Amino acid sequence: MISGDTATTDFPHRHLLGIEGLTPAEITFLLDRSETYVEQNRQTDKKRSVLRGRTVINLFFEASTRTRTSFELAGKRLGGDVINMSISGSSIKKGETLVDTAMTLNAMHPDVLVVRHADSGAVKLLSEKVNCAVINAGDGSHEHPTQALLDALTIRRRLGRLAGLQVAICGDVLHSRVARSNIHLLTTMGARVRLIAPKTLIPYAAERLGVEVFHDMAEGLKDCDIVMMLRLQQERMKSNYFPSVREYFTYFGLDYEMLAHAKPDALIMHPGPMNRGVEIDSEVADDFYRSVIREQVEMGVAVRMAALEILAHNLEPLTETNL
Amino acid sequence: MAVKLDEPLGRVAYVNARILDPAEGWDGPGGVLTEGEKIAAAGPGLFDGGRPDDAKIIDCQGACLAPGLVDIRAHLGEPGEEQKETLASAGRAATAGGVTSLLCLPDTNPCIDDMSVVEFVARRARLLGLTKVYPYGAVTKELAGKEIAELKLLRDSGALAFTDGTRTIADPLVLRQALSYASTFGLVICHQAEEPSLAEGGVMNLGENSTRLGLAGIPREAEIIIIERDVRLVEMTGGRLHFVNVSTAESVDVIRRAKDRGLPVTCDTAPPYFALNEHAIGDYRTFAKLTPPLRDENDRQAMVQAIADGVIDCVASDHTPQDEESKRLPFAQAASGGIGLETLLPMTLELYHNGHVSLLKALDLVTRAPATLMAMDAGHLKPGAPADLVLFDPDRSWKVSSDVLHSKSKNSPFDGRPVQGMVLRTVIDGRTVHTHEA
Repeated sequence: MISGDTATTDFPHRHLLGIEGLTPAEITFLLDRSETYVEQNRQTDKKRSVLRGRTVINLFFEASTRTRTSFELAGKRLGGDVINMSISGSSIKKGETLVDTAMTLNAMHPDVLVVRHADSGAVKLLSEKVNCAVINAGDGSHEHPTQALLDALTIRRRLGRLAGLQVAICGDVLHSRVARSNIHLLTTMGARVRLIAPKTLIPYAAERLGVEVFHDMAEGLKDCDIVMMLRLQQERMKSNYFPSVREYFTYFGLDYEMLAHAKPDALIMHPGPMNRGVEIDSEVADDFYRSVIREQVEMGVAVRMAALEILAHNLEPLTETNL
Repeated sequence: MAVKLDEPLGRVAYVNARILDPAEGWDGPGGVLTEGEKIAAAGPGLFDGGRPDDAKIIDCQGACLAPGLVDIRAHLGEPGEEQKETLASAGRAATAGGVTSLLCLPDTNPCIDDMSVVEFVARRARLLGLTKVYPYGAVTKELAGKEIAELKLLRDSGALAFTDGTRTIADPLVLRQALSYASTFGLVICHQAEEPSLAEGGVMNLGENSTRLGLAGIPREAEIIIIERDVRLVEMTGGRLHFVNVSTAESVDVIRRAKDRGLPVTCDTAPPYFALNEHAIGDYRTFAKLTPPLRDENDRQAMVQAIADGVIDCVASDHTPQDEESKRLPFAQAASGGIGLETLLPMTLELYHNGHVSLLKALDLVTRAPATLMAMDAGHLKPGAPADLVLFDPDRSWKVSSDVLHSKSKNSPFDGRPVQGMVLRTVIDGRTVHTHEA
């Protein structure tokens, strides 16, 4: 449990909308809290009561299975009431605006809204219209903070640190909110980040985010401790970013031959869902010793429990007057 | 590259030559010694100390000996239009013209947008053992200007550079993405600049002559607008772009300014654009129907000037064979393009004979310069380089006519023109593949 008077100073934010702007101490605090839940989640009795009486609404304007499930489990294991709303199928089709949806839900007095939206900035806009805490579960190509936190927790548990590590983020950086959140987190924590992709998939002025950009996979992987593959988001691609999957995989896919350019014990990560044979070879993805892809999923629940706990803690305590 | 011969090539000494190598700046009495398929030694005064005993001696009788010509743009007709030209007939025309390496355009049928077609063309040409043929890959699938082709896979299977041939990539987003993607791997895109919507229906340069002839005109702006646009896209993406067949004064102005700003752009033109103007159409001569169209005299002079001052990097033949059925038609219906492999050397030498450039500079335009643009190991006489040579008499005159041309199609825009500069011998990989029948 977080003690009552320290929580707000350790993480003095009402929402978790992004990683950009968080301090190393705040990130460390989130990771340390997450760490405590990893062990708990491995017990038979996973239930706690820190969210008892609290309502968490998973508000997903974009299809999601793993992230929504992860937040749902996190909320339930902390004893909260969790409701899933997939808006793509209901109000949005009837023409209700994002702000109207937010106001409607706000009237139901939720404590935490977990929001995913296809538009960058939509979660921020929504957070300005509600009284509760908001967690960004992914907005457009902007941020996905809990993914970056779970990646960092995975790395820290495996290698004991973040500072000084060489991390390669490979693939469709242009469309990736995961990449942006990871760039902010890793550079804030003192890791060195490289982006590896064809020029068409590297966002404009990427170097200004404090990373190195490579267009040759073998060269970019050299001396890397972590190889983080991104999913090729073909559903977001409105124009020619690469000619074909076979060409993409030939030059930017991760197989053992390509992986040999990284450090011999480099870890393989992927935020999922994977396109096997598109950005990553199955054998590599399933490597028992070096692939930590399933571990990332496990850490996800712990990170989301910590985020829910901390934000709920920062809310006004439940009293008769504000009920 | 060449077919393996039964007898070893041994050593061959080309003696008593005027040795010309723009890459080294050589112009003087000398010779070349080849060993097998490679150059062993070359230079002015090479055999002053005596001729090697163990070499076959070829007496050049004072003629010019230079690196074989490199032509970076030719339509070869195969596969798909074998009635107009085949790799074999093009190979004979090229060797007769002193061209030892050429890049062929991808607008064949099927087009060269797939690895298998690159390999097909390269293998067929290799088996012929004539001029070395390097295919271009398509920039976009089916040359349709919509989806980027597999540029890197094409490159790795042998495509030297990329172009959609005579087709302009009209959609700026497609070209932006293509330049950006190509620059990932350092690939060169060659672009013919003609805004299709402005050129649509046009058959010659828009101007007084098109009005008098009653032919629909293609405005010069169709070319200028695309070049101006493309320069912006190069600046945005950092992509390497080469403009082909530049034909207007303003085009070279735009390219000059882009080069001055350090942008990675280059350009070429073809002999018709510095040697002819729209008056060559005369009374509806379809051999003078070209893409882009022949421009006015002011533009022609601007091309000469831009070549002399280096804005135009090199000269290509733009060899476009068309059979009689395609050309013997009303002007508007006739196919566009002219053959050029056998007139590339004499027409480029015309710049020298007319006093616009030195002999070395004229040769540079068709040897070192194009080879450097395409990063080919050709166009120079360094020891170890492939023994690709042309022996020619720069002054000897001949008349361009269908009975002396080797190309299967005879549609030369220079038909009937007296020219100077005759190829006497062409050597590829140490092997003589053409000699002039005196």
